Formats: sequence, structure tokens, C-alpha cells
Amino acid sequence: MWAFIHKLGSPKWFYTISSRLQPWFWGLAILLLLVGSVWGLAFAPSDYQQGNSFRIIYVHVPAAILAQSCFVAMAVSGVIFLVWKIKIADMAATVIAPFGAAMTFVALFSGAVWGMPTWGTWWVWDARLTSMLIQLFLYLGVIALRGAFASRDSGARAASVLALVGVVNIPIIKYSVNWWNTLHQPATFTLTERPAMPMDMWLPLLIMVLGFYCFFIALTLTRTRNEILRRESAKRWVRELVADTGRRG
Amino acid sequence: MAFDSFSALLAMDGHAAYVWSAWGLTALLLIASALHARTERRHLMQNLKRRQRREHHADRGKAHES
Amino acid sequence: MQVIEPKAELGIAVRATIKRDMTLVLRRRSEVINPLVFFALVITLFPLGISPDPQMLAAIAPGLLWVAALLATQLSLDTLFRSDYDDGSLEQLLLSPQPLPALVLSKTLVHWLLTGLPLALMAPLLGLMLALPGQSYAVLAFSLALGSASLSLIGAIGAALTVGLSRGGVLLSLLVLPLYIPVLIFGAGAVQVVILGGNAAPYLAILGAQLCLALMLAPWAIAAALRISING
Repeated sequence: MWAFIHKLGSPKWFYTISSRLQPWFWGLAILLLLVGSVWGLAFAPSDYQQGNSFRIIYVHVPAAILAQSCFVAMAVSGVIFLVWKIKIADMAATVIAPFGAAMTFVALFSGAVWGMPTWGTWWVWDARLTSMLIQLFLYLGVIALRGAFASRDSGARAASVLALVGVVNIPIIKYSVNWWNTLHQPATFTLTERPAMPMDMWLPLLIMVLGFYCFFIALTLTRTRNEILRRESAKRWVRELVADTGRRG
Repeated sequence: MAFDSFSALLAMDGHAAYVWSAWGLTALLLIASALHARTERRHLMQNLKRRQRREHHADRGKAHES
Repeated sequence: MQVIEPKAELGIAVRATIKRDMTLVLRRRSEVINPLVFFALVITLFPLGISPDPQMLAAIAPGLLWVAALLATQLSLDTLFRSDYDDGSLEQLLLSPQPLPALVLSKTLVHWLLTGLPLALMAPLLGLMLALPGQSYAVLAFSLALGSASLSLIGAIGAALTVGLSRGGVLLSLLVLPLYIPVLIFGAGAVQVVILGGNAAPYLAILGAQLCLALMLAPWAIAAALRISING
């Protein structure tokens, strides 16, 4: 068991395995995103209340889901790094953070743009949008804290602790913001909660969500490999690898 | 197909600005992050290769001197 | 050699830490007074910036008082570990055989006693100036006292993470303020609900629950963060 975990954590092993996995994830991501986009944009029926503006759901919801998953993934990697000192976990956390922040921003932006035709204003202090905004600040805090340390290892450990504190707090923040929202604006209808969506509306949504996840996995694999090259550049196997690709052109 | 024509798809019944701006930003960020990962890898590889070549030359230089 | 039981030893260490920190902070009296002055100053700015109309001020007073108190607590955080870090006594604290979470908890307790509690006691006075309706003063002070304890604990995590950085000030606010939001919502909510004629007990109960959660988890996070800041 321990041998397996440490093998998994070895950069060289990860580099080899991920080079076999990543083309599949990139291919799957592109395929799913293309099918989902065409279906969602052109073929899914328009909503009887919101008309065609509801098509924003196909980017808003996957981005919002992914933004939350990224935070959890970042915190889990942080724990693995803190407890078992596995460097790969921290490399993954490093590359997940900016992507998670970007997805949070996409969710906020698409939510605001969706708000205009639905509510008539660009910004409403809706519970979901507000907690998304707070989550964006949490992401920025983790990224800033990592960058503030001169030593990479201390920065990594500090960012892991902060990600862990954040992931404990996110449910509490969500709960409080929901409470606050029901108190201050009773019964506005939310963007994404709707009774029984027909299948040709939610199926493209499901495809888009899966496509976003595949994209996330593929990007994380590729960028973690880049981090390995950056941090392990003095290692023998990296030097041999570079020399090999050089010979092949 | 939910639309009669391609221009109707582009117009989105008057919601074009909202739908296409949200989709556009999403597509932009996804494509940009994918491209960034690619160029990052190419730069890293180039740097590593350059460094190895330099070290190689330095080693050979040392061998000549001695 | 005198044999002291481990339990008693921990008690002695905690008491010694509290006494030492109290003496140190009370010697530099400005560290206690500055947050209070800041609090009063921020509250003064709002009638000047918005309107001196008592009705309007009364409507926003709970939120204003809470946000201002929160910012005052936040500003005082940087001093929590800074001087100990500079003179090396933080390293001594880490080397001591006593469990670090208990020691940082006592340091945080001192921070609350000298920042959160005075702010809570001062808030009714400023509430008077904002024409806060009469029945809510006790709840304002109590919710602030309860909430600022959570704020001290959460803030100490951020302070411990940034104590090793030379310019941690703005970063500290960026890390800590988002985590303060649940406390702010229920603290300001408690005062608001009393003004509207409701019962503040559920709000205060949730504030208490947040404090319990913070008491359980924060000391460990603070200890881990201090270890990173010192050894890194």
C-alpha cells in the first residue's frame, strides 16, 4: 500500500503514465465540448420563460460545478502534500488554483450576463452569485499566499493549509449566504433551479459538464508534467528525456 | 434544430449579446489555458535543451584545457 | 528535581503565556487603544459620507457597527505574532514541550480580551451616535463579544501564515476577510432582528456554534501555520 502510494507520487512514474493518459483526455474533452456546444446552442429547445438566454446554462453550470470541484481537489492535494510530503500533489495544487479561479470567474461573468435578460440588472446579490464571488476571493488568497513566500516549499505548505481552511469554510459560507439571502430578498426565482427539465435540455448539459471535467483533467495532467520539468530539471531522468526528444527533433 | 436558419441561430431572438458573450468568454478562457499549457511546455523544453547544450560545451572546454 | 505532573505543567505554561502576553501588550498601550480609535473614526466617517439623518443611520447602523468592528479586529491582527517573531520568542514557543495548539489558544485569548472585548463594550456608545434603536444595545455588545472571539481565532490563522513575510499586511486582509463573512452575517443579523422586533436567540446560538467550531479547529491550523512560517 505504502509502496504504491510512493510510486504514484514519484514524478518519473507520473510523467510516464500521464503521457499515455493525456491524449485520451484531451480528445474526449474536445469531442464532448463540441457535441455539447452544438447541441446546446442549436438543437436544444428554447425555454418557454427565458427564451434563448437560457442557453447560457450550458457554460454557467459546468463552470460553477468545476469551480467548486477544483477547490476541493486543491485542498485534497494539499492534505496529501502536508501528510505524505508527496511533491506531485503540490505540483497539481499549483496548477489547479489558477484554473479554478478562471472557472469561478467564468461562472460569475456568465451569471451576471444571464442576470440582465432575466432580472433586468447585471448584478443581483443572489445567494449563488455571492458565494461564487467569495470563492473567487478565496482562490486569489491561496494564489497570492503561495507567491508571497521566497521558498517554494514554505509557500506550498502555507497554501495547502489555507486551502484546507478554505474548504472547511466554504460550506459554512454557503449556508450563511443562503440564510442571509432568504432573509433579504424573499422568493426571487433562481437562475438554475427549475422544475423538471425535459431530456433534450439536460442531456446536452450533462455532456457539457463531462466535457468540462475531461478538460480539467487533461489540463491538470499537461500542466503538472510541465511543473515536473520545471522543478526536477536537474534530475538524471529528465536530462535523458530532454536529450532524447532533442535527438528525435 | 431549434432555429429556422443560421442567421436566426446567430440572432438568438434578440438575446445574441448575452448568449454569445457568455459563451465567448468561456471558450476564450478554455482555449487560452490549453494554448498556455502547450507554449509553457515548449518553452521549458527549449530552455532545458539549451542548458544541456551549454553544459555539454562547458564540459568539453574543460577537457581541452586539462 | 521537582516533579510536576504533565497536566499541571500545561496549566502553568498556559497561565504563564497569558500573563506574559497581557503584560507585554499592556505595556504598549497604543496597541490596545488604536483599534478602538480606528473603530470610532470609521463610524464617524459614515454620517459624513452618507447623511446625518437619524432614520437612515438607524437602518444601516447594525451593519456599519459590525463591519467597522470587524475591520478594527482585522487591523490589530498583524501585531498578534509579529513582535514575538521579531525577537525570537516565537521559536522558543515552538520548541517548548507543551502542545502548541494550547499555547496559541492562550495567545489568541489575550488578543480577544484586549481587542474584541473592548470593541464590544465600546460599540453601544457608537450605536448611540448612530441613533440605534433602544432595545438592541445589549444584543449588539453580546453578539460582538461572541463574534469577535471567532474573528480572533480565524484571524490568527492568517496572521500565523503571514508572520514570516515582511509585507504581509494587505495579503493578511485578503486571506482573512472572506473567512469572516459567516460571522458578519449572523452578528449583524442578530442586531437587525432585534430592531425588527424578533428574537435574537437563534442568531446568537449560531454565533456560539461558529465559535465552538473555531475553537475546535483553529488552534491546530494556527499551530501548523506557525510551524511553516518559522521552519520554512
